[in-house]
Amino acid sequence: MGLVLLVVIWLITLIGSYFIVAKTWWLPVGASAAAAGIDHHFTVTYILMGGVFIAAQLALGWFAWKYRDRGTGSQPAQYSHGNTTLEAVWTILTIILFIGLNLASKSIWASERFDAAKPGAVQVEVTGMQFAWYFRYAGPDGKFGATKPELEDASLGGAGALGLDSTDPASKDDVISGVMVVPVNREIEVILRSHDVIHSFFVPAMRFKQDTVPGLAIHMHFTPIQTGDFEIACAELCGLGHYKMHGIVKVVSEPEFNQWLAAREAEK
Amino acid sequence: MTTHEPHAHAAPQGFLRKYIFSLDHKIIGIQYFFLALVAVFAGMFLSLLMRIHLVWPNASLPFFGQIKPETYLSLLTMHGTIMVFFVLTTAPQGGFGNYFLPIQIGAPDMAFPVLNMLSFWTTFLGFLVLLAAFFVTGGAPLHGWTGYAPLSALPSAGPGEGLGADLWIISIAIFCIGALMGALNFITTTLDMRAKGMTLMRMPLTCWAWFITAILGLLAFGVLLSAGILLLMDRNLGTSFFVPLGTVNGVLTGHKGGSPLLWQHLFWFFGHPEVYIAILPAMGLCSQLLSVFSRKPIFGYKAMVYAIMAIGFLGFMVWGHHMFMSGMSPYSAFAFSIMTMGIGVPSAIKTFNWLGTLWRGRIRFSSPMLFAIGFVSLFVVGGISGPFLAQPVLDIYLHETYFVIAHFHLIMGVASIFGIFAATYYWFPKMFGRMMNETLGKAHFWLTFVGAYAIFMPMHYYGMAGGLRRYSQGTEVAWINSLAPIQKFISIAAFVTIASQFIFLINLLWSMKKGEKAADNPWEATTLEWTTATPPPHDNFGGVTPVVHNGPYEYSVPGAPRDFVMQTDAPVTAKH
Repeated sequence: MGLVLLVVIWLITLIGSYFIVAKTWWLPVGASAAAAGIDHHFTVTYILMGGVFIAAQLALGWFAWKYRDRGTGSQPAQYSHGNTTLEAVWTILTIILFIGLNLASKSIWASERFDAAKPGAVQVEVTGMQFAWYFRYAGPDGKFGATKPELEDASLGGAGALGLDSTDPASKDDVISGVMVVPVNREIEVILRSHDVIHSFFVPAMRFKQDTVPGLAIHMHFTPIQTGDFEIACAELCGLGHYKMHGIVKVVSEPEFNQWLAAREAEK
Repeated sequence: MTTHEPHAHAAPQGFLRKYIFSLDHKIIGIQYFFLALVAVFAGMFLSLLMRIHLVWPNASLPFFGQIKPETYLSLLTMHGTIMVFFVLTTAPQGGFGNYFLPIQIGAPDMAFPVLNMLSFWTTFLGFLVLLAAFFVTGGAPLHGWTGYAPLSALPSAGPGEGLGADLWIISIAIFCIGALMGALNFITTTLDMRAKGMTLMRMPLTCWAWFITAILGLLAFGVLLSAGILLLMDRNLGTSFFVPLGTVNGVLTGHKGGSPLLWQHLFWFFGHPEVYIAILPAMGLCSQLLSVFSRKPIFGYKAMVYAIMAIGFLGFMVWGHHMFMSGMSPYSAFAFSIMTMGIGVPSAIKTFNWLGTLWRGRIRFSSPMLFAIGFVSLFVVGGISGPFLAQPVLDIYLHETYFVIAHFHLIMGVASIFGIFAATYYWFPKMFGRMMNETLGKAHFWLTFVGAYAIFMPMHYYGMAGGLRRYSQGTEVAWINSLAPIQKFISIAAFVTIASQFIFLINLLWSMKKGEKAADNPWEATTLEWTTATPPPHDNFGGVTPVVHNGPYEYSVPGAPRDFVMQTDAPVTAKH
């Protein structure tokens, strides 16, 4: 039985680790400035935790086999209540590993979340509602027009869905889109909002995720470094249509972006 | 040590008082156990439906017909709620804790037998109310077991959010009341009713685990109860604790000024300690079993006790790690992250000590021991994904993916369930006077152990590739759709694993009637439950009050006549 345990535990460890090392299923290629740092920290964590995982499982399988009761000729078990020195060494090593790992990632977290977007970032308001995303640009005046919950009507789409107050002069030049178009290599400041329940704005390629919470306007930022279409999916359970609440971030060159924005402006 | 009155209540005669409204902690323990058994098969049935739907969305299923997206969400909500409350909290603490805590500390019963009976029947009522949610208009709620507001607070936010959601909250509130009564009883019993010589540091680690778990329960369930009442008020009395100004489908909700994050803080202040409420008894039990079946004292008894305390204490300071992406302050996130990495330390100490206990032992591979070894393996694999999720930087990507599902199912679900299985195989002889079948036990172990890995290992990969949880279909998002083969593999693994649980059920029911008669101490273990008759008499020790002379894990003491020294044996010192 000890041998079977050894074989099964070792095999599971081997197979489980293989798919990680081979990266058979892995994060999508990063397309934002923060992705490289985050991915690097991922790998570091994988190596360290993978080491712990493999060492512990190998030891477990090995001990189960090696110290099995072999019947009458077997050595009696060792009468020992433990070893304080070993215990202390293990504890200190674990503290260094866990806390060290955490501190090592602090600077990435700080640049992502402690620091606000720099002045001059492209502002996009992201609004989640059951079960769609809307994106709003402030227009030439640089000011978002007021929105009012009592004006919201999803069936109207666009400005109506957002409850844009047309009496507010700042709302006149606001551009509303169902696709999030942003320029490459510019910092994007997103202002995340929700009308009804909590949603979560998740763009895996940008390594970006943030809940949108009704009643809050959450300011976050990311910098796309690659052009292309990147999928958005809602990552917080928001009701029966949660699984189809998705969208697209379209990253284009800056001239293309300006052109697109101007064209949308002209349509109004 | 407190002396106490002889057992307060005489053995009852009538069927109703003996088996239904019993005051005997042993009967109540068995009632909790069977409640959890019914609940675990119910919860497993729901997961079966979910697994079928994820792979064959058009299949027509028993009771539910073709699963709609909202039905899928109801299934996952009820699966989570049933499993967390009525299985993982009910079986290890209410079931085995009730039965064995008094016996292991040498007490004739719990401190408050009537309260004990009430706590079981309250829990039972909670279960019925929860199941009722399936049968009301709109069906069971779809807001997930975490019930995030405003989704859970607004009847208009989705099907199931009407009466079904009210019943869900009421059920949890009732459960909290039962759990609070139970917690008081456990704490008082442990502190006041230990036999002569049973000092705290001579208690088996199971008792330590139940004791600390009870303290966690006392502090956590009160908060959840309050939060549940506030949520009910938001839903029915027009208050706005959790709902800000907003609309659903363009219609004003009539609320303003509430905070959705407040619900999350209150919920997770309960919810994180709840993880430890589920796992601590399993940790205590597996420590015990590794020592018994390695025929070796537990490695680092004191370290184990302090680790349980540290986990319990730190368990209340980490709830914010569920909220890194919620809009909570990023500075708080960082602080919660440090505390969370900190709680990994006592968990690692325990793992180290389990391996240390096996080291140079003389291992007997009975079914309970196999499940205890399986527990260690699963605890490790479920544990090492913790430091990923505990770091906000990595949580940006991993939050709400299947990586999280893999993590908490392995550590809080499967590892804890392995604890429950180990406890069942280990204590069944004492509870029912018969042995469970070893061959079936081993078959059950191998299928469940390999099955659990086959189900949950691939979920890590699915999550790494960005697969999101609580999606009734992956077809709408291209990157999730491409991962469909993993889901198929998981479903097939789940079918086999679920089927093999019937081996356990058959073994359990068959052995109760036909199993081989059990000796008083079939495992040659040292703790007090093995000093008394099988099954134990009404007052546990047949009028004798045990006196304790030894620690709980005196195995292979050099010079002792046998390879184990009972806690009640004359004090033995090792002759080297």
